[in-house]
Amino acid sequence: MDLIIFVQQLINGLVLGSIYGLIAVGYTMVYGIIGMINFAHGEIYMISAYLTAVFLALLATLGIQSVPLVLLLVLLLTTLFTALYGWSIERVAYRPLRSSTRLAPLISAIGMTLVLQNYVRLGQGAKSQGVPPLIEGHFRLFLTGSDQFVQITYIQCLIIVAALLGMSLLTYLMQKTTLGRSCRATQQDRIMAGLLGVNTDRIISTVFVLGSAMAAIAGVLVSLNYGSFDFHIGFVTGIKAFTAAVLGGIGSLPGAMLGGLILGLSESFFSGFVNTDYKDVFAFSILVLVLIFKPSGLLGVPEVEKV
Amino acid sequence: MLLSAQDLTMRFGGVLALNQVSFEVEQGSITALIGPNGAGKTTAFNCITGFYRASSGRLILDGGEEGAIDLLEILGERFKAEDFIHPAAFFKRLYYKMFGGAHRVARSGVARTFQNVRLFKEMTAMENLLVAQRHRVNHNLLAGFFKTAAFLKSEEAAVAEACKWLEFFEILEDANRLAGELPYGNQRRLEIARALCTEPRLICLDEPAAGLNPQETARLNAHIRKLRDQFQVTVLLIEHDMGLVMDISDHVVVLDHGEVIATGSPAEIQDNQKVLEAYLGVAEEGEMRL
Repeated sequence: MDLIIFVQQLINGLVLGSIYGLIAVGYTMVYGIIGMINFAHGEIYMISAYLTAVFLALLATLGIQSVPLVLLLVLLLTTLFTALYGWSIERVAYRPLRSSTRLAPLISAIGMTLVLQNYVRLGQGAKSQGVPPLIEGHFRLFLTGSDQFVQITYIQCLIIVAALLGMSLLTYLMQKTTLGRSCRATQQDRIMAGLLGVNTDRIISTVFVLGSAMAAIAGVLVSLNYGSFDFHIGFVTGIKAFTAAVLGGIGSLPGAMLGGLILGLSESFFSGFVNTDYKDVFAFSILVLVLIFKPSGLLGVPEVEKV
Repeated sequence: MLLSAQDLTMRFGGVLALNQVSFEVEQGSITALIGPNGAGKTTAFNCITGFYRASSGRLILDGGEEGAIDLLEILGERFKAEDFIHPAAFFKRLYYKMFGGAHRVARSGVARTFQNVRLFKEMTAMENLLVAQRHRVNHNLLAGFFKTAAFLKSEEAAVAEACKWLEFFEILEDANRLAGELPYGNQRRLEIARALCTEPRLICLDEPAAGLNPQETARLNAHIRKLRDQFQVTVLLIEHDMGLVMDISDHVVVLDHGEVIATGSPAEIQDNQKVLEAYLGVAEEGEMRL
Protein backbone atom coordinates (compact mmCIF):
# COMPACT_ATOMS: atom_id res chain seq x y z
CA MET A 1 0.00 0.00 0.00
CA ASP A 2 2.77 2.38 0.90
CA LEU A 3 4.60 1.43 -2.26
CA ILE A 4 1.62 2.45 -4.31
CA ILE A 5 1.42 5.83 -2.62
CA PHE A 6 5.15 6.24 -2.97
CA VAL A 7 5.15 5.61 -6.70
CA GLN A 8 2.06 7.73 -7.23
CA GLN A 9 3.55 10.63 -5.31
CA LEU A 10 6.84 10.19 -7.13
CA ILE A 11 5.05 10.65 -10.43
CA ASN A 12 3.01 13.58 -9.15
CA GLY A 13 6.16 15.13 -7.79
CA LEU A 14 7.99 14.71 -11.07
CA VAL A 15 5.15 16.41 -12.91
CA LEU A 16 5.01 19.28 -10.46
CA GLY A 17 8.79 19.54 -10.48
CA SER A 18 8.91 19.66 -14.27
CA ILE A 19 6.51 22.58 -14.24
CA TYR A 20 8.49 24.43 -11.60
CA GLY A 21 11.65 23.71 -13.53
CA LEU A 22 10.25 25.03 -16.80
CA ILE A 23 9.23 28.28 -15.15
CA ALA A 24 12.39 28.52 -13.06
CA VAL A 25 14.44 28.58 -16.26
CA GLY A 26 13.07 32.05 -17.00
CA TYR A 27 14.11 33.37 -13.60
CA THR A 28 17.54 31.84 -13.74
CA MET A 29 18.38 32.95 -17.28
CA VAL A 30 17.32 36.52 -16.68
CA TYR A 31 19.20 36.65 -13.41
CA GLY A 32 22.25 35.17 -15.06
CA ILE A 33 22.35 37.78 -17.77
CA ILE A 34 21.31 41.03 -16.12
CA GLY A 35 21.38 40.17 -12.42
CA MET A 36 17.78 41.08 -11.73
CA ILE A 37 14.85 39.01 -10.51
CA ASN A 38 12.09 39.26 -13.05
CA PHE A 39 9.11 39.10 -10.71
CA ALA A 40 6.75 39.49 -13.63
CA HIS A 41 7.76 36.06 -14.88
CA GLY A 42 5.00 34.34 -12.92
CA GLU A 43 2.48 36.57 -14.69
CA ILE A 44 3.93 35.53 -18.02
CA TYR A 45 3.00 32.00 -17.06
CA MET A 46 -0.49 33.15 -16.09
CA ILE A 47 -0.91 34.94 -19.41
CA SER A 48 0.12 31.82 -21.27
CA ALA A 49 -2.66 29.90 -19.51
CA TYR A 50 -5.20 32.44 -20.74
CA LEU A 51 -3.71 32.42 -24.21
CA THR A 52 -4.15 28.64 -24.23
CA ALA A 53 -7.86 29.11 -23.66
CA VAL A 54 -8.04 31.77 -26.34
CA PHE A 55 -6.30 29.66 -28.94
CA LEU A 56 -8.24 26.52 -28.04
CA ALA A 57 -11.46 28.44 -28.60
CA LEU A 58 -10.11 29.91 -31.81
CA LEU A 59 -9.11 26.53 -33.19
CA ALA A 60 -12.45 25.06 -32.20
CA THR A 61 -14.24 27.84 -34.11
CA LEU A 62 -12.07 27.13 -37.10
CA GLY A 63 -13.25 23.55 -36.87
CA ILE A 64 -9.93 21.85 -36.30
CA GLN A 65 -10.69 18.57 -34.56
CA SER A 66 -7.54 16.46 -34.64
CA VAL A 67 -6.14 16.42 -31.10
CA PRO A 68 -2.40 16.23 -31.95
CA LEU A 69 -2.80 19.07 -34.44
CA VAL A 70 -4.69 21.21 -31.95
CA LEU A 71 -2.12 20.51 -29.26
CA LEU A 72 0.73 21.37 -31.58
CA LEU A 73 -0.90 24.55 -32.83
CA VAL A 74 -1.86 25.68 -29.34
CA LEU A 75 1.65 25.06 -28.09
CA LEU A 76 3.17 26.94 -31.01
CA LEU A 77 0.81 29.91 -30.96
CA THR A 78 0.85 30.30 -27.19
CA THR A 79 4.62 30.06 -27.05
CA LEU A 80 4.91 32.64 -29.78
CA PHE A 81 2.53 35.12 -28.23
CA THR A 82 3.83 34.62 -24.70
CA ALA A 83 7.36 35.19 -25.98
CA LEU A 84 6.08 38.41 -27.49
CA TYR A 85 4.76 39.42 -24.08
CA GLY A 86 8.13 38.62 -22.52
CA TRP A 87 9.95 40.63 -25.15
CA SER A 88 7.68 43.63 -24.72
CA ILE A 89 7.94 43.59 -20.94
CA GLU A 90 11.70 43.75 -21.16
CA ARG A 91 11.56 46.49 -23.76
CA VAL A 92 9.04 48.62 -21.87
CA ALA A 93 9.76 48.01 -18.20
CA TYR A 94 13.41 47.00 -17.86
CA ARG A 95 15.53 48.29 -20.70
CA PRO A 96 14.99 51.99 -19.97
CA LEU A 97 16.20 51.30 -16.42
CA ARG A 98 19.26 49.31 -17.46
CA SER A 99 21.76 51.91 -16.32
CA SER A 100 20.00 53.00 -13.14
CA THR A 101 20.29 51.46 -9.68
CA ARG A 102 19.81 47.75 -9.16
CA LEU A 103 16.60 48.32 -7.26
CA ALA A 104 14.80 50.25 -10.00
CA PRO A 105 14.09 47.34 -12.38
CA LEU A 106 13.00 45.25 -9.41
CA ILE A 107 10.34 47.77 -8.50
CA SER A 108 9.42 48.09 -12.14
CA ALA A 109 8.98 44.29 -12.19
CA ILE A 110 6.61 44.39 -9.25
CA GLY A 111 4.69 47.14 -11.02
CA MET A 112 4.58 44.97 -14.12
CA THR A 113 3.04 42.07 -12.19
CA LEU A 114 0.27 44.37 -10.97
CA VAL A 115 -0.30 45.72 -14.44
CA LEU A 116 -0.48 42.26 -15.99
CA GLN A 117 -2.73 40.81 -13.29
CA ASN A 118 -5.19 43.64 -13.57
CA TYR A 119 -5.01 43.69 -17.33
CA VAL A 120 -6.11 40.07 -17.35
CA ARG A 121 -8.66 40.63 -14.59
CA LEU A 122 -10.27 43.50 -16.46
CA GLY A 123 -10.16 41.71 -19.78
CA GLN A 124 -11.17 38.23 -18.70
CA GLY A 125 -12.96 38.76 -15.42
CA ALA A 126 -11.96 37.78 -11.93
CA LYS A 127 -13.72 34.44 -12.01
CA SER A 128 -11.70 31.38 -12.68
CA GLN A 129 -11.74 30.23 -16.28
CA GLY A 130 -11.51 26.77 -17.66
CA VAL A 131 -10.51 24.87 -20.73
CA PRO A 132 -12.13 21.62 -21.81
CA PRO A 133 -9.97 18.53 -21.38
CA LEU A 134 -8.17 18.07 -24.64
CA ILE A 135 -6.32 14.88 -23.90
CA GLU A 136 -8.06 12.30 -21.82
CA GLY A 137 -6.88 8.90 -20.81
CA HIS A 138 -4.29 7.39 -18.55
CA PHE A 139 -2.09 4.43 -17.86
CA ARG A 140 -2.77 2.31 -14.83
CA LEU A 141 -0.11 0.18 -13.26
CA PHE A 142 -1.62 -2.48 -11.02
CA LEU A 143 0.18 -4.01 -8.11
CA THR A 144 0.34 -7.76 -8.69
CA GLY A 145 -2.35 -9.63 -6.83
CA SER A 146 -4.38 -6.63 -5.75
CA ASP A 147 -6.64 -4.02 -7.25
CA GLN A 148 -4.54 -1.04 -6.21
CA PHE A 149 -2.96 0.93 -8.97
CA VAL A 150 -0.78 3.85 -9.87
CA GLN A 151 -2.35 6.20 -12.36
CA ILE A 152 -0.47 8.34 -14.85
CA THR A 153 -2.51 10.48 -17.20
CA TYR A 154 -1.29 11.08 -20.72
CA ILE A 155 -0.99 14.77 -20.07
CA GLN A 156 1.28 14.08 -17.08
CA CYS A 157 3.55 12.07 -19.35
CA LEU A 158 3.47 14.92 -21.80
CA ILE A 159 4.52 17.40 -19.11
CA ILE A 160 7.53 15.33 -18.11
CA VAL A 161 8.56 14.72 -21.72
CA ALA A 162 8.08 18.39 -22.63
CA ALA A 163 10.17 19.53 -19.68
CA LEU A 164 12.98 17.13 -20.50
CA LEU A 165 12.88 18.03 -24.18
CA GLY A 166 12.68 21.76 -23.51
CA MET A 167 15.59 21.68 -21.11
CA SER A 168 17.76 19.60 -23.41
CA LEU A 169 17.09 21.87 -26.35
CA LEU A 170 17.83 24.93 -24.27
CA THR A 171 21.06 23.47 -22.93
CA TYR A 172 22.11 22.52 -26.45
CA LEU A 173 21.27 26.02 -27.63
CA MET A 174 23.35 27.63 -24.91
CA GLN A 175 26.35 25.35 -25.31
CA LYS A 176 26.58 24.70 -29.03
CA THR A 177 25.24 27.59 -31.06
CA THR A 178 26.55 31.03 -31.88
CA LEU A 179 23.69 32.59 -29.99
CA GLY A 180 24.47 30.52 -26.92
CA ARG A 181 28.10 31.55 -27.08
CA SER A 182 27.15 35.22 -27.22
CA CYS A 183 24.71 34.65 -24.35
CA ARG A 184 27.37 33.09 -22.19
CA ALA A 185 29.80 35.87 -23.00
CA THR A 186 27.18 38.49 -22.16
CA GLN A 187 26.43 36.66 -18.95
CA GLN A 188 30.05 36.81 -17.86
CA ASP A 189 30.82 40.38 -18.86
CA ARG A 190 28.09 42.34 -20.57
CA ILE A 191 30.14 45.45 -21.25
CA MET A 192 33.08 43.53 -22.64
CA ALA A 193 30.77 41.54 -24.93
CA GLY A 194 29.38 44.84 -26.21
CA LEU A 195 32.89 46.13 -26.87
CA LEU A 196 33.53 43.04 -28.96
CA GLY A 197 30.58 43.78 -31.21
CA VAL A 198 27.93 41.61 -29.56
CA ASN A 199 24.59 43.41 -29.56
CA THR A 200 23.94 42.83 -25.88
CA ASP A 201 20.50 44.45 -25.94
CA ARG A 202 19.37 41.91 -28.46
CA ILE A 203 20.92 39.06 -26.49
CA ILE A 204 19.03 40.18 -23.38
CA SER A 205 15.79 40.33 -25.37
CA THR A 206 16.46 36.83 -26.65
CA VAL A 207 16.90 35.58 -23.11
CA PHE A 208 13.54 37.05 -22.14
CA VAL A 209 11.96 35.45 -25.19
CA LEU A 210 13.45 32.05 -24.41
CA GLY A 211 12.46 32.22 -20.75
CA SER A 212 8.92 33.25 -21.62
CA ALA A 213 8.66 30.48 -24.20
CA MET A 214 9.56 27.92 -21.55
CA ALA A 215 6.98 29.38 -19.17
CA ALA A 216 4.44 29.22 -22.00
CA ILE A 217 5.05 25.50 -22.48
CA ALA A 218 4.42 25.05 -18.78
CA GLY A 219 1.33 27.26 -18.97
CA VAL A 220 -0.26 25.33 -21.83
CA LEU A 221 0.34 21.94 -20.29
CA VAL A 222 -0.75 22.96 -16.81
CA SER A 223 -4.00 24.45 -18.02
CA LEU A 224 -4.68 21.30 -20.03
CA ASN A 225 -3.86 19.23 -16.97
CA TYR A 226 -5.87 21.08 -14.33
CA GLY A 227 -8.44 22.64 -16.62
CA SER A 228 -8.94 25.85 -14.65
CA PHE A 229 -7.03 28.99 -13.83
CA ASP A 230 -7.58 32.55 -12.72
CA PHE A 231 -5.62 35.77 -12.88
CA HIS A 232 -3.87 34.95 -9.63
CA ILE A 233 -2.13 31.69 -10.49
CA GLY A 234 1.04 33.45 -11.56
CA PHE A 235 1.84 34.66 -8.09
CA VAL A 236 2.17 31.42 -6.11
CA THR A 237 3.59 29.42 -8.99
CA GLY A 238 6.01 32.23 -9.72
CA ILE A 239 7.22 32.28 -6.11
CA LYS A 240 7.62 28.50 -6.16
CA ALA A 241 9.53 28.55 -9.42
CA PHE A 242 11.71 31.36 -8.12
CA THR A 243 12.39 29.25 -5.03
CA ALA A 244 13.33 26.37 -7.30
CA ALA A 245 15.75 28.60 -9.19
CA VAL A 246 17.38 29.77 -5.95
CA LEU A 247 17.50 26.24 -4.58
CA GLY A 248 19.30 24.95 -7.66
CA GLY A 249 21.61 27.93 -7.80
CA ILE A 250 20.27 30.99 -9.57
CA GLY A 251 22.04 31.57 -12.85
CA SER A 252 22.49 27.87 -13.55
CA LEU A 253 20.26 26.13 -16.11
CA PRO A 254 20.59 22.55 -14.83
CA GLY A 255 20.23 24.03 -11.35
CA ALA A 256 16.77 25.39 -12.23
CA MET A 257 15.59 21.96 -13.33
CA LEU A 258 17.13 20.24 -10.33
CA GLY A 259 15.67 22.81 -7.96
CA GLY A 260 12.26 22.39 -9.57
CA LEU A 261 12.36 18.63 -9.21
CA ILE A 262 13.50 18.75 -5.59
CA LEU A 263 10.78 21.23 -4.74
CA GLY A 264 8.09 19.27 -6.59
CA LEU A 265 9.10 15.94 -5.11
CA SER A 266 9.40 17.21 -1.57
CA GLU A 267 5.99 18.88 -1.82
CA SER A 268 4.31 15.82 -3.19
CA PHE A 269 5.93 13.36 -0.78
CA PHE A 270 5.18 15.54 2.18
CA SER A 271 1.55 15.90 1.23
CA GLY A 272 1.34 12.17 0.47
CA PHE A 273 2.86 10.92 3.69
CA VAL A 274 2.56 13.68 6.27
CA ASN A 275 0.22 16.53 5.76
CA THR A 276 -1.16 18.42 2.80
CA ASP A 277 -1.57 21.73 4.58
CA TYR A 278 2.06 22.07 5.53
CA LYS A 279 3.64 21.03 2.23
CA ASP A 280 4.73 24.57 1.44
CA VAL A 281 6.30 24.92 4.86
CA PHE A 282 8.29 21.79 4.21
CA ALA A 283 9.35 22.93 0.75
CA PHE A 284 10.53 26.30 2.00
CA SER A 285 12.31 24.69 4.97
CA ILE A 286 14.36 22.74 2.49
CA LEU A 287 15.23 26.00 0.78
CA VAL A 288 16.32 27.53 4.07
CA LEU A 289 18.44 24.49 4.95
CA VAL A 290 20.15 24.42 1.57
CA LEU A 291 20.88 28.13 1.69
CA ILE A 292 22.40 27.84 5.17
CA PHE A 293 24.90 25.28 4.01
CA LYS A 294 25.31 26.36 0.40
CA PRO A 295 24.34 29.99 -0.02
CA SER A 296 24.86 29.96 -3.78
CA GLY A 297 22.39 27.08 -4.25
CA LEU A 298 23.01 23.47 -5.18
CA LEU A 299 24.63 23.98 -8.57
CA GLY A 300 25.37 27.69 -8.38
CA VAL A 301 28.85 29.09 -8.52
CA PRO A 302 29.74 31.45 -5.71
CA GLU A 303 29.78 34.98 -7.04
CA VAL A 304 33.28 36.07 -7.84
CA GLU A 305 34.21 39.59 -6.90
CA LYS A 306 34.51 41.51 -10.13
CA VAL A 307 37.54 43.77 -10.28
CA MET B 1 43.81 60.37 -40.29
CA LEU B 2 42.20 57.24 -38.95
CA LEU B 3 40.79 58.78 -35.80
CA SER B 4 40.47 62.37 -34.82
CA ALA B 5 39.22 63.45 -31.44
CA GLN B 6 37.88 66.98 -31.44
CA ASP B 7 37.22 68.86 -28.21
CA LEU B 8 36.46 65.65 -26.38
CA THR B 9 35.05 66.50 -22.96
CA MET B 10 34.05 64.12 -20.22
CA ARG B 11 32.40 65.27 -17.03
CA PHE B 12 31.69 63.13 -13.99
CA GLY B 13 29.40 65.33 -11.95
CA GLY B 14 31.59 68.29 -11.10
CA VAL B 15 34.84 66.65 -12.11
CA LEU B 16 36.18 67.53 -15.51
CA ALA B 17 38.07 64.37 -16.44
CA LEU B 18 38.71 65.45 -20.01
CA ASN B 19 38.70 69.08 -21.02
CA GLN B 20 38.46 69.68 -24.78
CA VAL B 21 40.98 67.06 -25.68
CA SER B 22 41.92 67.04 -29.35
CA PHE B 23 44.40 64.71 -30.99
CA GLU B 24 44.75 62.61 -34.06
CA VAL B 25 45.80 59.07 -34.79
CA GLU B 26 47.49 58.54 -38.12
CA GLN B 27 46.55 55.53 -40.24
CA GLY B 28 49.15 52.79 -39.80
CA SER B 29 50.92 54.43 -36.88
CA ILE B 30 51.62 53.48 -33.31
CA THR B 31 50.42 56.36 -31.16
CA ALA B 32 51.08 56.46 -27.44
CA LEU B 33 48.92 58.27 -24.93
CA ILE B 34 51.01 59.11 -21.86
CA GLY B 35 50.71 61.26 -18.80
CA PRO B 36 50.97 61.11 -15.03
CA ASN B 37 48.43 59.20 -12.95
CA GLY B 38 44.96 60.69 -13.11
CA ALA B 39 45.69 62.59 -16.30
CA GLY B 40 42.63 61.14 -18.04
CA LYS B 41 44.33 58.62 -20.32
CA THR B 42 42.00 55.76 -19.51
CA THR B 43 38.99 58.08 -19.61
CA ALA B 44 39.99 59.11 -23.12
CA PHE B 45 40.27 55.42 -24.04
CA ASN B 46 36.91 54.67 -22.54
CA CYS B 47 35.32 57.42 -24.59
CA ILE B 48 36.95 56.30 -27.82
CA THR B 49 35.92 52.68 -27.44
CA GLY B 50 32.34 53.37 -26.42
CA PHE B 51 32.79 52.31 -22.82
CA TYR B 52 31.78 55.80 -21.73
CA ARG B 53 29.57 58.29 -23.48
CA ALA B 54 31.58 61.49 -23.74
CA SER B 55 29.82 64.64 -22.51
CA SER B 56 30.62 66.56 -25.66
CA GLY B 57 33.00 66.72 -28.57
CA ARG B 58 33.40 64.67 -31.69
CA LEU B 59 35.23 61.45 -32.42
CA ILE B 60 35.58 60.95 -36.13
CA LEU B 61 36.70 57.57 -37.37
CA ASP B 62 37.59 57.32 -41.02
CA GLY B 63 35.34 54.48 -42.03
CA GLY B 64 37.05 53.61 -45.32
CA GLU B 65 34.45 53.28 -48.08
CA GLU B 66 31.63 54.10 -45.66
CA GLY B 67 33.00 57.57 -45.12
CA ALA B 68 33.54 59.21 -41.76
CA ILE B 69 31.77 57.77 -38.74
CA ASP B 70 31.09 59.81 -35.64
CA LEU B 71 31.66 57.37 -32.81
CA LEU B 72 29.72 59.48 -30.34
CA GLU B 73 26.73 59.60 -32.63
CA ILE B 74 26.45 55.85 -33.07
CA LEU B 75 26.67 55.37 -29.31
CA GLY B 76 23.37 57.20 -29.02
CA GLU B 77 23.72 60.78 -27.84
CA ARG B 78 21.32 62.83 -25.82
CA PHE B 79 18.81 64.85 -27.77
CA LYS B 80 19.78 68.43 -28.39
CA ALA B 81 17.54 71.47 -28.50
CA GLU B 82 18.06 72.01 -32.23
CA ASP B 83 16.88 68.47 -32.96
CA PHE B 84 13.34 69.59 -32.45
CA ILE B 85 13.64 71.94 -35.38
CA HIS B 86 15.39 69.46 -37.68
CA PRO B 87 13.33 66.29 -37.88
CA ALA B 88 16.06 64.45 -39.82
CA ALA B 89 18.59 65.01 -37.06
CA PHE B 90 15.99 64.04 -34.50
CA PHE B 91 15.20 60.72 -36.14
CA LYS B 92 18.85 59.96 -36.67
CA ARG B 93 19.54 60.48 -32.99
CA LEU B 94 16.44 58.52 -32.07
CA TYR B 95 17.58 55.65 -34.28
CA TYR B 96 20.98 55.49 -32.63
CA LYS B 97 19.42 55.87 -29.20
CA MET B 98 17.33 52.80 -29.90
CA PHE B 99 19.75 50.66 -31.87
CA GLY B 100 23.12 52.20 -31.18
CA GLY B 101 25.58 51.24 -28.51
CA ALA B 102 29.08 50.04 -27.81
CA HIS B 103 28.66 47.13 -30.19
CA ARG B 104 28.38 49.55 -33.11
CA VAL B 105 31.68 51.17 -32.19
CA ALA B 106 33.27 47.74 -32.16
CA ARG B 107 31.69 46.86 -35.49
CA SER B 108 32.97 50.05 -37.06
CA GLY B 109 36.50 48.90 -36.35
CA VAL B 110 37.64 49.94 -32.89
CA ALA B 111 38.76 47.26 -30.45
CA ARG B 112 40.35 47.49 -27.07
CA THR B 113 42.00 45.68 -24.21
CA PHE B 114 41.82 46.55 -20.53
CA GLN B 115 44.45 47.40 -17.98
CA ASN B 116 43.10 44.64 -15.77
CA VAL B 117 42.49 41.77 -18.15
CA ARG B 118 38.80 41.24 -18.90
CA LEU B 119 38.53 37.85 -20.51
CA PHE B 120 35.48 35.61 -20.34
CA LYS B 121 37.12 33.49 -17.68
CA GLU B 122 34.66 30.62 -17.74
CA MET B 123 35.04 30.11 -21.46
CA THR B 124 37.95 28.53 -23.28
CA ALA B 125 40.53 30.66 -25.03
CA MET B 126 39.08 29.55 -28.37
CA GLU B 127 35.53 30.50 -27.36
CA ASN B 128 36.78 33.91 -26.27
CA LEU B 129 38.12 34.45 -29.76
CA LEU B 130 34.97 33.12 -31.43
CA VAL B 131 32.69 35.50 -29.53
CA ALA B 132 34.65 38.38 -31.01
CA GLN B 133 34.07 37.21 -34.59
CA ARG B 134 30.44 38.05 -34.93
CA HIS B 135 30.94 39.33 -38.46
CA ARG B 136 32.32 36.00 -39.59
CA VAL B 137 30.12 33.39 -37.94
CA ASN B 138 26.70 32.27 -39.09
CA HIS B 139 23.95 33.77 -36.94
CA ASN B 140 21.03 31.80 -38.23
CA LEU B 141 19.66 30.06 -35.17
CA LEU B 142 18.22 27.13 -37.09
CA ALA B 143 21.45 26.69 -39.02
CA GLY B 144 23.28 26.55 -35.71
CA PHE B 145 20.77 24.11 -34.31
CA PHE B 146 20.97 21.67 -37.16
CA LYS B 147 24.64 22.29 -37.93
CA THR B 148 24.12 22.97 -41.61
CA ALA B 149 27.03 23.00 -44.04
CA ALA B 150 27.04 26.79 -44.22
CA PHE B 151 27.17 27.01 -40.43
CA LEU B 152 30.02 24.53 -40.15
CA LYS B 153 31.94 26.30 -42.88
CA SER B 154 31.63 29.66 -41.15
CA GLU B 155 32.65 28.11 -37.84
CA GLU B 156 35.67 26.60 -39.52
CA ALA B 157 36.68 29.96 -40.94
CA ALA B 158 36.29 31.55 -37.50
CA VAL B 159 38.35 28.84 -35.84
CA ALA B 160 41.05 29.26 -38.50
CA GLU B 161 41.14 33.01 -37.86
CA ALA B 162 41.34 32.39 -34.11
CA CYS B 163 44.19 29.92 -34.62
CA LYS B 164 46.03 32.47 -36.73
CA TRP B 165 46.07 34.94 -33.84
CA LEU B 166 46.80 32.31 -31.22
CA GLU B 167 49.77 31.27 -33.29
CA PHE B 168 50.84 34.86 -33.78
CA PHE B 169 50.94 35.33 -30.02
CA GLU B 170 52.48 31.88 -29.47
CA ILE B 171 49.65 30.60 -27.29
CA LEU B 172 48.14 28.04 -29.68
CA GLU B 173 48.61 25.21 -27.17
CA ASP B 174 46.28 27.01 -24.76
CA ALA B 175 43.36 27.08 -27.21
CA ASN B 176 41.13 24.69 -25.30
CA ARG B 177 42.00 25.74 -21.78
CA LEU B 178 39.70 27.97 -19.76
CA ALA B 179 40.82 31.56 -20.16
CA GLY B 180 40.81 32.15 -16.40
CA GLU B 181 43.31 29.34 -15.88
CA LEU B 182 46.00 30.68 -18.19
CA PRO B 183 49.17 32.26 -16.83
CA TYR B 184 48.91 36.03 -16.55
CA GLY B 185 51.19 36.82 -19.46
CA ASN B 186 49.21 34.53 -21.75
CA GLN B 187 45.93 36.07 -20.60
CA ARG B 188 47.24 39.47 -21.63
CA ARG B 189 48.19 38.18 -25.05
CA LEU B 190 44.90 36.34 -25.42
CA GLU B 191 43.07 39.57 -24.73
CA ILE B 192 44.96 41.33 -27.51
CA ALA B 193 44.25 38.37 -29.80
CA ARG B 194 40.57 38.62 -28.97
CA ALA B 195 40.51 42.32 -29.80
CA LEU B 196 42.21 41.53 -33.11
CA CYS B 197 39.56 38.94 -33.94
CA THR B 198 37.01 41.74 -34.36
CA GLU B 199 39.12 42.84 -37.37
CA PRO B 200 39.75 46.29 -35.99
CA ARG B 201 41.37 49.09 -37.88
CA LEU B 202 42.26 50.75 -34.62
CA ILE B 203 43.28 48.71 -31.62
CA CYS B 204 43.51 50.46 -28.27
CA LEU B 205 45.83 48.81 -25.77
CA ASP B 206 45.52 49.95 -22.17
CA GLU B 207 48.89 49.40 -20.50
CA PRO B 208 49.71 46.22 -22.38
CA ALA B 209 53.04 45.85 -20.60
CA ALA B 210 51.68 46.19 -17.06
CA GLY B 211 52.85 43.30 -14.94
CA LEU B 212 55.06 41.78 -17.62
CA ASN B 213 58.71 40.99 -17.02
CA PRO B 214 61.40 42.51 -19.29
CA GLN B 215 61.55 39.51 -21.64
CA GLU B 216 57.79 39.49 -22.02
CA THR B 217 57.80 43.23 -22.61
CA ALA B 218 60.37 42.82 -25.35
CA ARG B 219 58.22 40.15 -26.97
CA LEU B 220 55.16 42.38 -26.72
CA ASN B 221 57.16 45.16 -28.32
CA ALA B 222 57.94 42.91 -31.28
CA HIS B 223 54.31 41.81 -31.55
CA ILE B 224 52.97 45.36 -31.62
CA ARG B 225 55.41 46.36 -34.33
CA LYS B 226 54.42 43.30 -36.35
CA LEU B 227 50.76 44.22 -36.03
CA ARG B 228 51.43 47.53 -37.67
CA ASP B 229 53.89 46.30 -40.30
CA GLN B 230 52.32 42.97 -41.26
CA PHE B 231 48.62 43.46 -40.57
CA GLN B 232 48.27 47.22 -41.10
CA VAL B 233 46.51 47.66 -37.77
CA THR B 234 46.76 51.10 -36.25
CA VAL B 235 47.70 51.00 -32.59
CA LEU B 236 46.79 53.47 -29.87
CA LEU B 237 48.29 52.62 -26.52
CA ILE B 238 48.51 53.85 -22.98
CA GLU B 239 51.77 52.90 -21.34
CA HIS B 240 53.79 53.80 -18.30
CA ASP B 241 56.88 51.94 -19.44
CA MET B 242 58.66 54.90 -21.05
CA GLY B 243 61.27 52.62 -22.58
CA LEU B 244 58.56 50.83 -24.52
CA VAL B 245 56.80 54.06 -25.47
CA MET B 246 59.94 55.75 -26.80
CA ASP B 247 60.99 52.57 -28.53
CA ILE B 248 57.89 51.71 -30.56
CA SER B 249 55.69 54.76 -30.93
CA ASP B 250 55.66 57.03 -33.95
CA HIS B 251 53.64 59.70 -32.25
CA VAL B 252 53.09 60.61 -28.62
CA VAL B 253 50.21 62.53 -27.04
CA VAL B 254 50.78 63.78 -23.50
CA LEU B 255 47.82 64.39 -21.21
CA ASP B 256 47.83 66.12 -17.87
CA HIS B 257 44.80 67.04 -15.76
CA GLY B 258 42.51 66.16 -18.62
CA GLU B 259 44.20 68.38 -21.16
CA VAL B 260 46.61 67.74 -23.98
CA ILE B 261 49.86 69.44 -23.04
CA ALA B 262 52.06 68.20 -25.86
CA THR B 263 52.03 66.10 -29.01
CA GLY B 264 54.88 65.06 -31.25
CA SER B 265 57.47 62.43 -31.97
CA PRO B 266 59.08 60.63 -29.01
CA ALA B 267 62.23 62.70 -29.37
CA GLU B 268 60.32 65.98 -29.25
CA ILE B 269 58.36 64.87 -26.22
CA GLN B 270 61.48 63.94 -24.30
CA ASP B 271 62.76 67.50 -24.54
CA ASN B 272 59.45 69.22 -23.91
CA GLN B 273 59.59 71.45 -20.84
CA LYS B 274 55.87 71.16 -20.07
CA VAL B 275 56.05 67.38 -20.11
CA LEU B 276 58.97 67.34 -17.75
CA GLU B 277 57.09 69.64 -15.41
CA ALA B 278 54.01 67.46 -15.52
CA TYR B 279 55.99 64.38 -14.67
CA LEU B 280 58.46 65.79 -12.16
CA GLY B 281 56.45 68.65 -10.73
CA VAL B 282 57.36 72.31 -11.00
CA ALA B 283 59.14 74.27 -8.30
CA GLU B 284 56.80 76.92 -7.02
CA GLU B 285 57.95 80.31 -5.92
CA GLY B 286 57.15 79.71 -2.28
CA GLU B 287 59.31 76.63 -2.24
CA MET B 288 62.13 78.51 -3.87
CA ARG B 289 62.28 81.00 -1.05
CA LEU B 290 62.40 78.31 1.57
